[in-house]
Amino acid sequence: MVGITSYGAYVPLFRLSREVLAKGARGEKAIGNFDEDSVTMAVAAASDCLKGIDCGTVEGLYLATTTSPYKEKLAAPIVAMAADLREDIFTADFAHSLRAGTSALRAAVDAVKAGSAKKVMVAAADCRLGTPGSAFEQNFGDGAGALLIGDSDVAASIEDSYSVYNEIFDVWRADGDTFVRSWEDRFTSTHGYMEVVAGAVSGLMKKSGSSPGDFAKVVLYTPDARRVAGLAGKLGFDVKTQLQDPLFAAMGNTGAAFPLMLLVAALEEAKAGDRILFASYGNGSDAFILQVTEQIDKIRDRRGMKGHLASKKLVTDYKTYLTWHEILPREEAKESVRFFSAPAAWRERETNLRLQGVKCKVCGTVQFPPQRVCTKCHTKDQFEPYRLSGKKAKIVSFAMDYVTPAPDLPTVTTTIDFDGGGRMECYMTDGEPEQVKVGLPLEMSFRRIIDRDGARIYFWKSMPIRA
Amino acid sequence: MESIKDKVAIVGMGCTQFGELWDKDYKDLMVDACYEAFEDAGIEPKDIQAAWYGSRESGFTGSHLANALKLEYIPVTRVENFCAGGTDTFRNACYGVAAGICDIALACGVEKTKDHFGGFNMDITDPFDRSMVEWELPPVSQFAQLANGYFNKYKLSYEQGKNILAKIAVKNHHNGTLSPKAHFHREITLEQAINAPMISYPLGLFDACGVSDGGAAAIVTTPEIAKKMRKDYILVKALALDNGGGQGKLRSDYDFSYIPETVEAGKLAYKEAGIKTPRQEIDMAVVHDCFTITELLIYEDLGFSPRGKGPEDVEAGTYELTGELPVNTDGGLKCFGHPLSASGLRMIYEVYKQLQGKAGARQVKKADVGLTHNVGGVCGYFNCAVAIFGKP
Repeated sequence: MVGITSYGAYVPLFRLSREVLAKGARGEKAIGNFDEDSVTMAVAAASDCLKGIDCGTVEGLYLATTTSPYKEKLAAPIVAMAADLREDIFTADFAHSLRAGTSALRAAVDAVKAGSAKKVMVAAADCRLGTPGSAFEQNFGDGAGALLIGDSDVAASIEDSYSVYNEIFDVWRADGDTFVRSWEDRFTSTHGYMEVVAGAVSGLMKKSGSSPGDFAKVVLYTPDARRVAGLAGKLGFDVKTQLQDPLFAAMGNTGAAFPLMLLVAALEEAKAGDRILFASYGNGSDAFILQVTEQIDKIRDRRGMKGHLASKKLVTDYKTYLTWHEILPREEAKESVRFFSAPAAWRERETNLRLQGVKCKVCGTVQFPPQRVCTKCHTKDQFEPYRLSGKKAKIVSFAMDYVTPAPDLPTVTTTIDFDGGGRMECYMTDGEPEQVKVGLPLEMSFRRIIDRDGARIYFWKSMPIRA
Repeated sequence: MESIKDKVAIVGMGCTQFGELWDKDYKDLMVDACYEAFEDAGIEPKDIQAAWYGSRESGFTGSHLANALKLEYIPVTRVENFCAGGTDTFRNACYGVAAGICDIALACGVEKTKDHFGGFNMDITDPFDRSMVEWELPPVSQFAQLANGYFNKYKLSYEQGKNILAKIAVKNHHNGTLSPKAHFHREITLEQAINAPMISYPLGLFDACGVSDGGAAAIVTTPEIAKKMRKDYILVKALALDNGGGQGKLRSDYDFSYIPETVEAGKLAYKEAGIKTPRQEIDMAVVHDCFTITELLIYEDLGFSPRGKGPEDVEAGTYELTGELPVNTDGGLKCFGHPLSASGLRMIYEVYKQLQGKAGARQVKKADVGLTHNVGGVCGYFNCAVAIFGKP
């Protein structure tokens, strides 16, 4: 049996009230902080998904996104390393399509079925931009979902799948476009979304000999808040009892990650024995039938969709949203002698991406960054690697800078001691100045630090423990 | 191990006007500082046998000093040691003399900070120099961590802590008005200091020193030669330097309420000078008040105040110009200004003038033994220089 053995999700802490974008617009959309992108959100979702699972057993990582920081450079290895996966595994980016999440899912299922990997992680994340003032701007949200596909301890088996493609210009972004383009709604909804997803879902039901009544839940991608109900109704599902809430009021359309995140939300509510019908959209559709097993109860302790959606802070001004998403230019420090060094970034990849320090084999002192000579007992080169990214920590001391050019004033810096040993100095993110004090409990979050020479530098920041 | 005590004498010193010197470059500052020192010592540039040049940002090699002064084929060594660079430059010149390698040596520190936007490069706060992932903020956030560490340890509320820090700023601003060469000459009130805009919590605008251009220089020689040059030469009693190895950044036994590098450099200096009771034996001190919190910690780290009692001594006026142990008589970094590698030599200039009785309106009553102190780097990973001087 092949299927989902674990799930995880990530919704940024911050929400923008749609009222800020248009008078009378309802609900909130999830927006990443200034230091988040699809890579960082994918890391957070993958880490959520890997809770309680030995990272060393994962044999593949597929990253699905339409908003990779790179046109040419694989982003999956950044996510794989930050999620502490082995280096001898298969990695791939699935890109350029709203269907990238389910493309990666199909490929992962096929890989496990074919026996080329025992466990494959699918992490999908997106942070697409709608033109200021557009309906897209209101509808789009930022977020990530992750599914671990395997052939043992399966919590939801993938029973069947069916795909169609559809060559159409309905939504697209050319190389170099910042904002998503579209053709007029009356055309795209008729010959795009509605027709194509209906075709895939009916095709799959026909192929598997099932009917709408066989499913506890139908999980469908939707471009906006309303369309999905019409589609589900047309297909013969009971919208009130069977259709997964598309979470538009709380989050918005998270692109390639959206179908996976909705599936995670459905799995959080599912019982053993439930059948779920699940379909994506993007120049075609991938549809799947899932069967939930008793194993589902063993993976309930993730933050997932429910936990992340419940934990939030409202952003109430448009300028913050525009600045964080680099639609407005950011002021940068005038003088910095820092230069990007590919050899240094490569040499320090384990330290910077896994947040790997060292533990002295002689005196046991944990040290970050790794040292050659122990700061305590002065023994040379007697260290073992020691990963800190999953550890909780506490503030030892801190500063809050109000004048440096940064999008998150005051910029909070912390010196922290990890539970179990180890000290580091790092930025704090997603916090409020009022809560910062010596002793504040923290967790670590993988974030963007700086873009230089076309290279995006990532590192870990401390963060007040998310409720 | 021998001591430097009484082996080297200062026979001349110079110090430029400090401030935002838009019309001067670093070579102007070299010439201005060194020629005042030559004149003070009564010597010519050709009498110099070896020179040491301290800088962090300005004139990156010793040859620039040779060019500015037209030194004729003598050794010039550039010294960099963060904010302790000025004192370390002086220390190297003294060691040259003490070793008998040269009879007359020049130490010059210059910094042209204001050709950089805002003052100087931010890489100063990059303790482990790793591939751009460490935080990049002005130094104030390093020292704000000391303030938060100190307030937390001694249970000072924000208001109590700010009040003490403000008193240090008010004192140094007053002393600055009596220093013609200082960057700032303005009295401030306690309220102004407390209510100034926040820079990095809990430190505000008046907790921070001036970022300035400036240069200072010293001529050193043996006491035997010094005696023939002038009566009021000043003797070096101790030259201590220590560089932390990042212990406080790596180890959890450091709580940000003190600076261990200052404690250790102080011990070395007191041992070398034979000082047992610093508060009683030292008459005046010029210390590294890059931020007001740094000065508060120095009182305790150098043993002037008992641990946790610095605030009480501030309240009692101990460190004011007319107090028991005047500190930063010339306005300190706060008001004299802080051109990084020039500061150590500027502090020695102040002690030199005070010990000679030539400090004008800010002259302290008893000035037989004076101390200078620099700390540079980032908290948990500082270096520190402490020097002690006395009369012949």
